[in-house]
Amino acid sequence: MRFFTKFGQYLLLLKGMFTRPENPKIYWKEFMHQCVEIGIGSLPIVVIISLFLGAVTTVQTAYQLVSPLVPLSTIGQVVRDSMILELAPTVVSIVLAGVVGSKIASELGNMRISEQIDALEIMGINTKAYLVLPKIAAALLMIPCLITLSAFLGIWGGRTAADLSNIVAADIFDIGLRTHFSPFNVGFALSKAYTFAFIVSSVPAYYGYYVTGGSLEIGRSSTTSVVVSCILVLIADYALAALLL
Amino acid sequence: MIEIQHIKKSFGEKTILNDVSLVMETGKCNLIIGSSGSGKTVLLKCIVGLFTPDEGHVIYDGQSMTELSVQDRKELRQQIGMLFQGSALFDSMTVEQNIKFPLDMFTDLKHKDKIKKVNEVLARVNMEGANKKFPSEISGGMKKRVGIARSIVLNPKYLFCDEPNSGLDPQTSLVIDKLIKDLTLEYNITTVVVTHDMNSVMEIGDHIFYIYQGHKQWEGSNKDIIHSKDEKLNQFIFASEFLQDAKQMRMMEAEKEKAGV
Ligand SMILES: Nc1ncnc2c1ncn2[C@@H]1O[C@H](COP(=O)(O)OP(=O)(O)OP(=O)(O)O)[C@@H](O)[C@H]1O
Ligand SMILES: [Mg+2]
Repeated sequence: MRFFTKFGQYLLLLKGMFTRPENPKIYWKEFMHQCVEIGIGSLPIVVIISLFLGAVTTVQTAYQLVSPLVPLSTIGQVVRDSMILELAPTVVSIVLAGVVGSKIASELGNMRISEQIDALEIMGINTKAYLVLPKIAAALLMIPCLITLSAFLGIWGGRTAADLSNIVAADIFDIGLRTHFSPFNVGFALSKAYTFAFIVSSVPAYYGYYVTGGSLEIGRSSTTSVVVSCILVLIADYALAALLL
Repeated sequence: MIEIQHIKKSFGEKTILNDVSLVMETGKCNLIIGSSGSGKTVLLKCIVGLFTPDEGHVIYDGQSMTELSVQDRKELRQQIGMLFQGSALFDSMTVEQNIKFPLDMFTDLKHKDKIKKVNEVLARVNMEGANKKFPSEISGGMKKRVGIARSIVLNPKYLFCDEPNSGLDPQTSLVIDKLIKDLTLEYNITTVVVTHDMNSVMEIGDHIFYIYQGHKQWEGSNKDIIHSKDEKLNQFIFASEFLQDAKQMRMMEAEKEKAGV
């Protein structure tokens, strides 16, 4: 029962975002600000984890491929497909749920508790539109970019690791990269990216926007929002795979 | 003029406001007084529409806040200025950006004119030169004053202040009282001030409402308040021993006068 109340409130929050902005220029400024916060702010962590994901995938695939019948270039193919299909979209989204999600939840939660949201309301500003919409829109723009970047970096990291630890030479790895490349996989990865971007921005926004109580609750709801968005990302991951593959 | 008709508000089992009806006149400072926890802030939030009352209506010059559409309510709110009890400044913005924010959102003024306007209201609250400071870098009383500056920057038609002079020294407190009074007369606006500061009550209280246990116990002007016979009100205003002594002396004098005549 409580789940349905919360879900209804979440949908109403999303619906409430769509009104005519009081001043489009300020909304645009806020959108740009959020793009920088989300995009540039989480760039370092995305770069680091992507490189390592690719490297680890290479080493582990080589370890598992013991049969001499399989050509070594297969490693390149496996790294490419795992990065594009699963690792870049899902793992990066889960990390971003922590980095971006907790930031959104605690920022909005703090604004709620210290009555800043009320102050905006009293000025005659639609706070759902002004505070939540730019964050979700920025996430929808930046997170797919970060995920695309992550896929490239992961593959490059894998190629470098293969070369450095003498598993496969870079030119053989490249042959694998070019074998059986399916553009559908890229489309699938992007549809995952957009879905996850929406989850990791809107769910924390909901938890932050409706915080009640004191500063203790801000921390609590930010933790809950990260847990819930991680679970939702995994559920959506499974659902999309079942539907589209 | 704001009419508050039979407002009721409870949180869970607890009734905070029980059938409160008030009329706030234009061009006057309307004060809401009452002890801590008596529901003054809740009443104020019901009036501005941040809380929806369980029953009753709030009518702004003929427009019922509770029955307006979302868009109309937004438009009405653009004529409202409000100071929150905890100031509610935007922490991510400097003092100047805080005050400039309503101007950015709702006016087409040039940047230079906005800054001029910001400096003008900052001067009115005795806070010149604090433009570049962040809310975390100024004191509680200063935040209050910036909050007032922000609430008056758009020349509101209705001004609400929740304890504008708590945390201020007597001198600054007087400046703020005078500012509120001046604005009310200058622009002929409807001002509602929540306070438990007896100095402000005597200074600016054109019309005073005393809230006691969720209902209106007494109303009148600052001229009437010390002569009031209401026992609950007297307990509230003559709470300190010093004032009680003063009251006793006043009564003795009155008796002497009577005897003299
Ligand atoms: N959001 C809320 N949820 C539940 N109870 C609340 C809420 N806000 C206020 N109350 C309760 O309403 C009562 C009145 O609170 P209110 O803040 O109006 O007091 P006040 O008269 O403004 O006091 P003070 O002078 O200390 O500011 C308190 O008992 C408080 O516990
Ligand atoms: Mg209060």
